[in-house]
Amino acid sequence: MAVAPVVPDRHPPAFARRGWYRRNEIALTPWLFLAPGVLFFTVYVVLPIFQSFGISLYRWDGLGEATYIGLANYRELTTDRAFEISLWNNLRWLVLYLLAIPLGLGIALFLNQTVTGIRLYKSLFFFPFVISQVVVGLVFSWFYLPNAGLLNLILGWFGVSLNVLGDPDLATYGIIVAGLWPQTAYCMILYLTGLNAVDPEQVEAARLDGAKGWKMLWYVIVPQLRPATFIAFVVTIIGALRSFDLISIMTNGGPFGSTRVLSFYMYEKALAEFGFRMGYGAAIAVILFLIMLCFIAYFLWSIWREERGGRG
Amino acid sequence: MRSILTALAATTILSGAALAEAHGPDLTGTLRIVSDMSNPAPRAVMEDLAERFEEMHPDLDVELQVIDREAWKTQIRNTLSANPPDVVNWYAANRMMPYVNAALFEDVSDVWEEIEGLDSVKGALTIDGAQYGVPYTYYQWGVYYRQDIFEELGLEEPETWEQEIANCQVILDSGRKCYTIGTKFLWTAGGWFDYLNMRTNGFDFHMALARGEIPWTDDRVRQTFANWRELIDMGAYIDNHQNYSWQEALPFMVNGEATSYLMGNFAVAPMRDAGLTDDQIDFYQFPAIGEDIPMAEDAPTDTFHIPAGAENKEAAREFLKFVVSADVQTDINRGDALGQLPVNAQSEVDEDKFLEQGFAMLSQNSPGGVAQFFDRDFPAEMAALGMEGLQEFMVYPDNLEDILQRLEQARQRIYAN
Amino acid sequence: MFPTPIQKRSPAAQIAYQSMLPLALLLWLLPLLAVMAFSARPDADFTTGNYWGWPSSFEGVANYTLVFTSEMPRYLLNSFLITIPTVIGTIALSCMTGFALGIYRFRGNILIFFMFIAGNFVPFQILMVPVRDLTIDLNLYDTRAGLILFHIAFQTGFCTLFMRNFIRQLPFPLIEAARVEGVAEWRIFVYVVLPLMKPAIAALSVLVFTFIWNDYFWAIVLTQGPDTQPVTAGITSFNSQFRAAYHLMSAGSIVAALPPVAMFFLMQRHFIAGLTLGAVK
Repeated sequence: MAVAPVVPDRHPPAFARRGWYRRNEIALTPWLFLAPGVLFFTVYVVLPIFQSFGISLYRWDGLGEATYIGLANYRELTTDRAFEISLWNNLRWLVLYLLAIPLGLGIALFLNQTVTGIRLYKSLFFFPFVISQVVVGLVFSWFYLPNAGLLNLILGWFGVSLNVLGDPDLATYGIIVAGLWPQTAYCMILYLTGLNAVDPEQVEAARLDGAKGWKMLWYVIVPQLRPATFIAFVVTIIGALRSFDLISIMTNGGPFGSTRVLSFYMYEKALAEFGFRMGYGAAIAVILFLIMLCFIAYFLWSIWREERGGRG
Repeated sequence: MRSILTALAATTILSGAALAEAHGPDLTGTLRIVSDMSNPAPRAVMEDLAERFEEMHPDLDVELQVIDREAWKTQIRNTLSANPPDVVNWYAANRMMPYVNAALFEDVSDVWEEIEGLDSVKGALTIDGAQYGVPYTYYQWGVYYRQDIFEELGLEEPETWEQEIANCQVILDSGRKCYTIGTKFLWTAGGWFDYLNMRTNGFDFHMALARGEIPWTDDRVRQTFANWRELIDMGAYIDNHQNYSWQEALPFMVNGEATSYLMGNFAVAPMRDAGLTDDQIDFYQFPAIGEDIPMAEDAPTDTFHIPAGAENKEAAREFLKFVVSADVQTDINRGDALGQLPVNAQSEVDEDKFLEQGFAMLSQNSPGGVAQFFDRDFPAEMAALGMEGLQEFMVYPDNLEDILQRLEQARQRIYAN
Repeated sequence: MFPTPIQKRSPAAQIAYQSMLPLALLLWLLPLLAVMAFSARPDADFTTGNYWGWPSSFEGVANYTLVFTSEMPRYLLNSFLITIPTVIGTIALSCMTGFALGIYRFRGNILIFFMFIAGNFVPFQILMVPVRDLTIDLNLYDTRAGLILFHIAFQTGFCTLFMRNFIRQLPFPLIEAARVEGVAEWRIFVYVVLPLMKPAIAALSVLVFTFIWNDYFWAIVLTQGPDTQPVTAGITSFNSQFRAAYHLMSAGSIVAALPPVAMFFLMQRHFIAGLTLGAVK
């Protein structure tokens, strides 16, 4: 076992004569405590993942009988341009969403002062994260409105006008910006806490060595913020791959399908107004899961290493 | 009960039948109705229907649940398989196909044998020779326009494509757009395609395309798009229509920035609400394009069905008969109720400028046939892909070749299954 | 401290910083302020295109009254009826799983722990089709209970991670001492561990409340209509019910955002602890 003992593995002799349960209490208790949580989690999360694999091998409209068609759904994916667009958009989300990390760090550094009222400022900067993505989506779609939006009002002073959500080349970026708003706030909070934990002695020592500004940030501060960065990375990647609400609210996948991502496309194919292809939707889900699996494996490996390092 | 008495007095011919209905079989138990008539006026109609039916059958308990119309489109499938009520709302033609194929809608051919005056819409409810629901209302599509602006510019209602184009040029020269449209939710573009294709190639061709019998790359389909492109290249449509829902496109017409709207009759109510009077708006039939092509119209039909898993099918059948009876039809489609057309030929159309024109058009000037609508005539997946292509064409007409290839590829796959 | 405290800088820099703060905040919250402004405008301003000029009248009270006389209160009530049981259920389950994984050493401990973490990272859309079928089979489709059960199951993954890490930091000798005195394991959980977990419970409650309140995806997959749907799904039906009524949708959005915002400001300390503690350790 990689994990070092937490509880001494011995039965107090006083209990030896008691009943079977008492004798095995320490071995049994964790399983009793785990049972409800594990049961729920298995039924609603673990099994459905495998079921999705199964459904993806069928042609099924969700109503009648399912027909086994082997890998036909996956073969169709290779020629489906909407799928290709979704995949590329997912990649855009993954890469651009990571901007939330440096942006969050930037704001955290900006706010990491002790002037009057700074606490209120921090809360207000964090505010977008608390709001539902539905509201964020509405807010930004009005911000982008082609004639009446605030963005075009401002751009108008420079003689420019943009129809962000109506332009297939811009729309995805427009939505990502909307997504970055709460995500940056999230990363900011992680870093503000991280900055609190930065060792002041190391900072002072580095100062005496003449380090300042960017150098200090890069060589002294950022390494100390590693745990915060790790978490920010995890939540941002997950957020990017789960993006659904904003797309659904802001463009509904349009214009002409240019803002779809895998999670949205899967919903559209399986359950939306004209979607009756459960198998095909499940196949898309499996692909998304496989992408995520690379990250999950990395996360678990990091956590495992830390567990071992922390206790070893 | 008062309204039904008024109706009885008015329709003397049918009073016998209606009375027979009122004294129909003794219904007991509960009748659960799930309706999608969620907008205020239709909701009132539905609530009134449920109440009247309950009064007619004292031993019957009618439970009505009204669900948001948009939400219902995705959720009917769950309701039908998980917890089927006794009566539900839906749409005719291909839109009901998946549920008929999955044996979730009850065969109600026996009901059709007992009702009269519905021959003209029977086809839309028929699959493989059996009927799977009854219609309760339908409405015309056509061009709603700003009469006052037409008068100001000296324009007449066009009857030919050339006149339509000439009118549009005058409108554009006056600094307005010819048509408002919001294509964010795609189906509005389907309306334009339906009309352009039915006028260019005729009703039979259009339906053959819907059944997957004609390639999207066919030259006749290309001609439809070429005609459409004339308007697009003129700049006839409002800008940025891909951003708007159909409601969000309304203000352009209300403010006079655009003069016309190709829409269903349900658009009249919000136009009136927005302050346009009947002197300011009027209606004309979509003009002819090809010569010798009989005029055909879109007239979507909304329907009632009995889920196969219903518990009180006897009461449900009676309810279906009740809804389609001539006097009930007259009643619920009135201008101040649904504001649409009754499906029963023996009903009366309310005295409403738009309903009268629509009824005349559909009954006298639509010899080619009556289509349901793009997303009801084409199978679900084809409709979704098709409408997306149509929207793309309206914004980037140069992409046509690519769009047609894509749709053709989809056609070969979808209809093969 | 990094960056250098502003107090150690020149007075000019201090003034510059003090004046940049409100400006930056204004810029940051600009989209939100715009919506607040929308929610006080009359309908007529939108049809005449007066989006950003001086409002022709202030209709804030009227708009919010309209929002509260629509279906909105029902959606809000649903949101509470979904969120609160979910919070209670999730906390209960994850206290137990966290206790089991954090205190005991047994074969499979780390595997189960990783199962919870991995499941929590899954793009939850992959669960969509099977969970919907399961909910229908359980006869829970379009019920709040169906939504609550799923939320509890899914959130348990995240909360277990959090609770387990928290419990590992508790002073272990306390538990050992209890054992030596012969206290039953479940009593150790109830009387020794639980009281020490109060901060974690508070933090997680606030966090889960926010997550569940803001859920949209599962609300539209598992429920329909104003009888069961939470407010996030309600706003969009507002959209079709009042055609493009920006003023009402803005007001509706703000009302929908209020409970988690209030929660955040009231419980800020716990909230931030929740976001950082379980994860960063």
